[in-house]
Amino acid sequence: MNSEWPLWEVFIRSQHGLAHKHVGSLHAPDAGMAIKNARDVYTRRNEGISIWVARSADIHASSPGDRAALFEPSNDKVYRHPTFFPMPEEVKHI
Amino acid sequence: MYAQLVETGLKKVRDVADMSPEEQAFQARVDADIKIEPKDWMPEAYRRTLIRQIQQHAHSEVVGMLPEGNWITRAPSLQRKAILMAKVQDEAGHGLYLYCAAETLGVSRDEMIADLHAGKVKYSSIFNYPTLTWADIGTIGWLVDGAAIMNQIPLCRCSFGPYARAMIRVCKEESFHQRQGFDIMLALCRGTDEQQAMAQDALDRWWWPSLMMFGPSDAESVHSAQSARWKIKLLSNDELRQRFVDQTAPQADFLGLRIPDDKLAWNEARGHYDFGEIDWQEFHEVIKGHGPCNRDRMRTRVKAWEDGAWVREAALAHAEKRAKREAKQAA
Repeated sequence: MNSEWPLWEVFIRSQHGLAHKHVGSLHAPDAGMAIKNARDVYTRRNEGISIWVARSADIHASSPGDRAALFEPSNDKVYRHPTFFPMPEEVKHI
Repeated sequence: MYAQLVETGLKKVRDVADMSPEEQAFQARVDADIKIEPKDWMPEAYRRTLIRQIQQHAHSEVVGMLPEGNWITRAPSLQRKAILMAKVQDEAGHGLYLYCAAETLGVSRDEMIADLHAGKVKYSSIFNYPTLTWADIGTIGWLVDGAAIMNQIPLCRCSFGPYARAMIRVCKEESFHQRQGFDIMLALCRGTDEQQAMAQDALDRWWWPSLMMFGPSDAESVHSAQSARWKIKLLSNDELRQRFVDQTAPQADFLGLRIPDDKLAWNEARGHYDFGEIDWQEFHEVIKGHGPCNRDRMRTRVKAWEDGAWVREAALAHAEKRAKREAKQAA
C-alpha cells in the first residue's frame, strides 16, 4: 500500500493587511493535519497570523516555455503606465 | 559541505560549444543570476546533482537531530532543555524545507528515505561522532552550526529557486543555533575548573571533525568546477574552511580555550590563520561507514521509519474514511 501522504502548498499571511505568501510545501494526510503541520514547520517564530493550504495537485501553473507568448499582449502597451503621459508642470494634482 | 561527495556525473566541465540551444539558454540564465525554477528546462546532470545535494543536506539535518537529542533529558536546567528542544525542532524543520525543495525536482520522499537507508546517499560526516558530555552540545552549536552557516549563506544565492529560498529561511534560524552553543560554552568557561576542563575536552574532540565538514581540497575537482559553473556551489571547500578558521580562532581565544592544533598561527603576510594538516583518512573512513556512530545513526533512522509506518498508514486511512463519511452526509 502506498502510504505516501499527498503534497500540500502552504501560504502564510504574516500580518493584517498583507496577502498570503507561498512559503513552501509539506506532506499531510488531510487538510486539518496540513494546517497543524504548517503551523509547526513554517511559523515557529510567529511568522504568521493565518495559514492557507492547498493540495499541490490543485495548483495549476502557466508553463515557463509559454511565457513569451502568454505575456506578449502587455509588451507594447506602455500607455498603461502613467509615465507615458508627460503633464505640464503648471498642472497640479495629476 | 552537504556536497562533501556530490558527483555531477560529468567528466569535464560543460563547454558552451558542446551545449544544445536549450542548455546554452539555461547557462546564460545562470550566468545572469536569473533563478531556475522547477518547471524550467535544465540539463539532466544539473537536476540529478541538485537532487543528490539537496537531499543529502536534508538527511544531514534529520540525522543531526540525534546527537543533540541525546542530551535533551540531561540538560542542566529547564530553560536549557526547552532551548535545546527548540533547536532540535528547527533541525527537523530545516530537513522538511529541504526535502520539499528536492521533491520539486521530481524525486519522492519515499525514494529519498529508501536511498538514505540503503546507503546510496550520504549525510554530513560530522553527525557520526558521539555527544559524550553537555559541553559537546555547546561545541556543536558553536562549531558545527558555525560551519553550516559558513556554507549556507552563499547558498542563499544559488541558482535553483526553491533551494535558495529554503536557505534564506534556514539562515535566519541558524544564528540562534550558533549563539545557543556559544552561550553554553561561555557558561562553562566562566565556571568551575571541571566545567572549563569539560569545555576544553569537547573542543579537543570536535575541532578536526568540524574542519573536515568542508570536505577535502577541491582545487582539482571537476565536480566542484562544474557545480561552480552551475552556481550550486558558490565557494571552494578550502575558501570556506579558511574563513571558518579565521572567524573561530579569536572566539576560542575569548573563551580561554586552546584549539588543538600546534600549527595554528596568525600569518600576517597572508592575512589569514595558518593551520595544520587534516587527517583525510579519518574523513574517508567515516564517510565509508566506519565512524564511531554510523551504524547507530542508521539503525535509529531505519527503526524510526519502520516503527512509524503504521502511523502514516493509519493517518491516511482515517483521512479517507472521514472524507467518505463527509461525502455521504453531503449527498
